[in-house]
Amino acid sequence: MTPFNAIIRRDIRLAIAAGGDLLTLLLFFILVGALMPFAVGPDKALLARIAPGITWVAALLALLLALDRLFKTDAEDGSLRAFRNAAVSMETIVIAKLVAFWLSVMLPLLVAVPVHALLLGMNLETLARMMLALLAGSPGLLALGAIGAAVTVSLRRGGLIAPVLILPLAVPILIFGIGAVAPPPAPGADRAAMLFLTAISLVLVAIAPFAAGLALRMSED
Amino acid sequence: MTGFMTYPAHFAVRRLTIEGLSCTRGGREILSGLGLRLGPGEALVLTGPNGVGKSSLLMCLAGLLDHSGKIVWHGQGEDDRPGADLHFLSHLPSLKPHLSLRHNLEFWADLNGGDRALIDPALDEARLGHAADLSAGLLSAGQVRRLAIARLLVAPRPVWLLDEPTAALDSQGDTWVGGLIDAHLGAGGLAVIASHLPLKLSEKPRTLSLGRRG
Repeated sequence: MTPFNAIIRRDIRLAIAAGGDLLTLLLFFILVGALMPFAVGPDKALLARIAPGITWVAALLALLLALDRLFKTDAEDGSLRAFRNAAVSMETIVIAKLVAFWLSVMLPLLVAVPVHALLLGMNLETLARMMLALLAGSPGLLALGAIGAAVTVSLRRGGLIAPVLILPLAVPILIFGIGAVAPPPAPGADRAAMLFLTAISLVLVAIAPFAAGLALRMSED
Repeated sequence: MTGFMTYPAHFAVRRLTIEGLSCTRGGREILSGLGLRLGPGEALVLTGPNGVGKSSLLMCLAGLLDHSGKIVWHGQGEDDRPGADLHFLSHLPSLKPHLSLRHNLEFWADLNGGDRALIDPALDEARLGHAADLSAGLLSAGQVRRLAIARLLVAPRPVWLLDEPTAALDSQGDTWVGGLIDAHLGAGGLAVIASHLPLKLSEKPRTLSLGRRG
């Protein structure tokens, strides 16, 4: 097995072994959605209108919660240090870890989006757009998160600092992510937003392995 | 214990040259003006009181720590990744308690370009063969150390940097580690070892005593 696949396989095995974490995360994601009708009142039309925003924010919060363990556990048990002498570069390892993380955290979140749709009264068309937008935007969010997690990996309270670093940078993804779902103000605007979202996501995914790899290499010194 | 049966007969030749090595950590100079040479089949044992810079020197050699002066590894190919021909055994185990022993070693064999066929012999060597499918979280401190050392065996590499390899091991473990290092040197490997306890090697190794300065 190639080093790249070995990382993906190990991280997915670890995610399965710690299956309770994923379940908690999914419950968190769903509960944030379930809480909103209580917070804004039982106005069905209003809820349906803000539903995409709620789902995006819930996904972002769930991601931030899960991100803490992306590099932290490897740093604590010395694996991260041993990665420096692996047969492949740190950048390759970061890409593999992101693929594994996306499969083991973001994909289950995506599958839970229909529950949000039920709770918040999204119609079927909005739900389909929502899932498409999350599919396009989640790699970008994860890439941002990975940079934040890598920069803060050696800090004791990194779990708190990383979200503060990441959240402001996630604004463009949220803007275009919601633009791609909400009823378009002008014909074609939702399509344009979707393309922008995909573009931002791709750029971030291209940058993240190098930025995170650099941060991880510097964290040891 | 006669050493590792499936160990390669011969490693590619590696040489180490250090000139004027200085290293600063936390604003304090730990190493200064260190120079030495090491060739294939040679071991260097670092001794000295705690905090004198033994681990820092190993980390410099592994390429993990910024330093001034020269550390040159001769013998690596032009296209090889620097550091990809050495193993650094730190005090951290680099193992996942939720995975089985076999899965832990499988991962490191794959990641370090090793051979999965070496996993079973390595586990037997470490006297962990009976526990191969248990999760690593169940191991005792000494067994964790044995598994961490078995990690080096599943991906044979010519250079070993060992930080207190016999910590937490019983006397049989001491002998085992001594035999492994002997076999490693016998195959033309090279080892730098930081250790307080005398190692059970067949020949007396070169020793570098790091003293506290200032």
